[in-house]
Amino acid sequence: MRGLRTGGGWLRLMPGLTLALFLLPVLAGLLGTLLPAFGYLPELGGRTFSLAPWRMLFAAPELPAALATTLVSGLVATLASFVIAVVIAATLHGTRFFAWLRRMLAPLLAMPHAALALGFAFLIGPSGWLMRVLAPIVAPDNLPPDLHLPGDRWGLALAAGMMLKETPFLLLAIVGGLGQLPADASLASARMLGYRPTAAWLKVVLPQLYRQLRLPIYAVLAFSLSVVDMALILGPSTPPPLAPLLLRWFNDADLQTIFPATAGAALQILLVAAAILSWWLGECLVARLARRWLADGGRGHLGLGARRLGGAAASLLLAFATAAILALALWSFAAHWRFPALLPDGWTLQNWTRHGSGIERPLVTSLFLGLASSAIALLLTLGCLENERRHGLHPTGRILWLIYLPLLTPQISFLFGAETLFTWLGIEAGGLAVVWSHLLFVLPYVFLMLADPYRALDERYIRAGLCLGAGRGRLFGAVMLPLLLRPILIAAAVGFAVSVALYLPTLFAGAGRFDSLTIEAVAASANGDRRLAGVFGLLQAALPLGVFLLAILLPGFIFRHRRGMAPR
Amino acid sequence: MSEAGLVLEGVALWLGARRLVGPLDLTIAPGEVTTLMGPSGSGKSSLLAFLCGTLDPAFRAVGRVRLDGIHIAELPPERRRLGILFQDDLLFPHLSVGGNLAFGLPPGMSRSTRRAMVETALAESGLAGFADRDPATLSGGQRARVALLRMLLSQPRALLLDEPFGRLDSRLRGRFRRLVFERALAQRLPVFMVTHDREDAEAGRGKIVTVGEDLTDNNLE
Repeated sequence: MRGLRTGGGWLRLMPGLTLALFLLPVLAGLLGTLLPAFGYLPELGGRTFSLAPWRMLFAAPELPAALATTLVSGLVATLASFVIAVVIAATLHGTRFFAWLRRMLAPLLAMPHAALALGFAFLIGPSGWLMRVLAPIVAPDNLPPDLHLPGDRWGLALAAGMMLKETPFLLLAIVGGLGQLPADASLASARMLGYRPTAAWLKVVLPQLYRQLRLPIYAVLAFSLSVVDMALILGPSTPPPLAPLLLRWFNDADLQTIFPATAGAALQILLVAAAILSWWLGECLVARLARRWLADGGRGHLGLGARRLGGAAASLLLAFATAAILALALWSFAAHWRFPALLPDGWTLQNWTRHGSGIERPLVTSLFLGLASSAIALLLTLGCLENERRHGLHPTGRILWLIYLPLLTPQISFLFGAETLFTWLGIEAGGLAVVWSHLLFVLPYVFLMLADPYRALDERYIRAGLCLGAGRGRLFGAVMLPLLLRPILIAAAVGFAVSVALYLPTLFAGAGRFDSLTIEAVAASANGDRRLAGVFGLLQAALPLGVFLLAILLPGFIFRHRRGMAPR
Repeated sequence: MSEAGLVLEGVALWLGARRLVGPLDLTIAPGEVTTLMGPSGSGKSSLLAFLCGTLDPAFRAVGRVRLDGIHIAELPPERRRLGILFQDDLLFPHLSVGGNLAFGLPPGMSRSTRRAMVETALAESGLAGFADRDPATLSGGQRARVALLRMLLSQPRALLLDEPFGRLDSRLRGRFRRLVFERALAQRLPVFMVTHDREDAEAGRGKIVTVGEDLTDNNLE
C-alpha cells in the first residue's frame, strides 16, 4: 500500500550510506593498525608476519609505568564520575536546583576537553589560583610550592580533570534516561510507601535507569583509558599514560618505532575491552548483591540532609568549570602576574596580537571543521530518521552499539590505520579526510541528540499536512523542519562542540597540516606558554559556547510571535 | 464513472487476527452525512486513517474506496482530495493563522491571490483581520473554525470528521457542528463522520452505522 510512509528512493540509501561512512574508517583503521602490530607494513619493509612489534613493545622501559598510570587515572575518573553523577541525581531529583543544573549541562558539555584541562591546570598548578588563595598557608615565603601538580605520578590530576567533563556527560545520560521512564510516578509511589527520597531513587529509579546508562558509561571508560589531549596537559610526562606514549612513538623520527606503536595500539584496545568486561562483571555482581538490599524494606536514613551532599558536589563541579574558564581568560590578558597575587599585576592585549596570523588560521580551521562535520552529520541523521519514520522501522539495540562504536574504540587504535584508507582513496592529509575523521565522532552525538525528539514529533501534524494535499518534500520543509528547529539546532551545536574539541583526528588525518585551536592550545601548553595557552584555550571554549547560545536563542527569535513554539 | 460521492465497498479493518470494522458497504452522496458510531478503540479513527492513506502499518485494511468515481485507495494521501477534521485542531504552531490557511490552498496561484483568498475566507467566518495572529492566542472555538477553513481551502471532494466536536464545550459545540454541516452542504461534499456521541450522530441527520461492542457500555462511561 502506498501510504503514510513510502516515497523517496534515495532516502532508502541513507542508513546504508551512513553506516558505510561511519564503519569503513573504523574497520579499515583497526585493520591498518593490527597488520603492522604483527609486522606487516610493506611501506616500512615489513613483509612477513611476526611478533617482533610486541617484543619491542614489552621491552620498552616506559611501558609498565605508563600502563599503571593509565589504569589508575582511567578507572578512578570513570568510577568517581559515575558515583558523583548518581549522588547528584539521587539526592537532587525533583528540586529546583536540579532543574537549573539540567540547563547548565549543555554549556558544561560544550566546553572542549583541552580548554577545560588547561583551565584546570591553571587552578591546581603550583602557581595556580588555588595555591594563590591558599598562599598564606602553603607558601609563607611567597614562592610557589614545590608540587608536582598537574602531572602527578598516578595521573590523579588527570583523573580529576576528566571527572569535570565526564560527570556532566553521565548526568545528561541520566536526565535523558529519566525522560523515558515513569520516574516521577515511581518515586511518588515509593515515597507513599515511606521511602526517603534518596533511598527511593536508588532503589526504584536507578535499577530501571541503569540499562540506558550502560553504553554512556562504557564510552566514558573507553575515553578515560585512552585520552590524549587532556593527558598531555594534566598527566605525567615521564612516562605519560599509554595513549600519549603511543602518540610519541607514532611521531618518532625513527619510523621503525611505528611497529611497537601499532602493537601498543592493539594493547590499548585489549585494555579497554578488558575494562568494559570487568565493569560488566561488576554490574552482574552488584545486581546480585543488591537484590537483597532492594527487598529488605529499609526506607533509608538519609533525609533532606542528603541534598546538601549532592548540592555540594554539583556546586563544586560548576565552580571548578567556571573558575577554569576565568583562569584561561585572566592568563590570556595577563601581562605580569606575581605569584601570590590573586589578579595579574598588569593587563595587555599583546598575548592576542603578538602571534598575528597565528590566531586567525586555527580559528578559521576549527570553525570550518566544526561547521562542515556537523552539517554533514545533520544531513545523514535527518535522512536516516526520516527513512525510519516513513518505513515504520524500529531500530534495535544493536544499532545503538554500532552508533557508539567510534566512542567505544580508543582513537589512537584506529586513526593511524584509517590513514591507510584515506591514502588509498587519494584524500590523505586533505580537508576531506579531516572532516571525515571528525564525522566519526560528531555523527554519534548528533544522532543521539536528535533521535528522541524526532521520533517524538506528533505524527498527527504530518497526517494533517498530507490530508491538506502537501507532498512529502513540502511537508518535510514546511512542517517538520520548523517544528523540529530547536532540537535540530541543539544537535548541530553539540556536533560542532564535539568537533572543536577533537585533537587526535585532526592530528592524524591532517598529517600535521591542519592547526586547529585544540592543536595550538595543546602545543602552547607543552611549550609552557601560559598566556598563549590562555588565548587558545579561551577561544576554544568560546567558539562552541557561542554556537550553543545561537542555537538556544535563534528559535526563540524566529518564533517570538508563536506561543505554541515556546520550549516546554 | 460518473457517480458522485464517496463509496466504500467491502472495506474491513484488521488488527492482527482481530477484525475491528466491516466489511462495510456505504454510499454517501454529495451533501449527505453518514455517521459511524462506536466506542473508543473500536477502530473508527483507524478506518478514517485508511481512507486518508495514513493508516498505521500495525493495521491491515481491505476493500475499495471511490471518490467521484475515482479509486483513491491506490493514490498517495496528498492526492486523495479528502478533507479531514480531527478532535484536535492541529493548527501548525509555527505558522500564523494566515500561514496555516495558505498551507491548505493548492499551489500555483500568485501571492496576492493567495492572500486575498485567505482574507476572504477569514472575513466570511467572522475572523476578519486574524491572518497575522498567532494560533496559540485564539480561543478554542476560533481555532476550530480556522482548522475548518484550512481544510475547506484545500478544496476537498469529501469531508471526513474524526470526532471533531469532542473538545468543544456544549455551547460552542452545537454552533460549530451546524457550521461544518452547512459548509459541507453548500459545497455539496459527502460527509463521513465517526463519533461515540449520540447527539453528534443525530445532528448529522443521515444514516447511522454502529460498530464495535454494545453501545450501552459506552453510554455508561
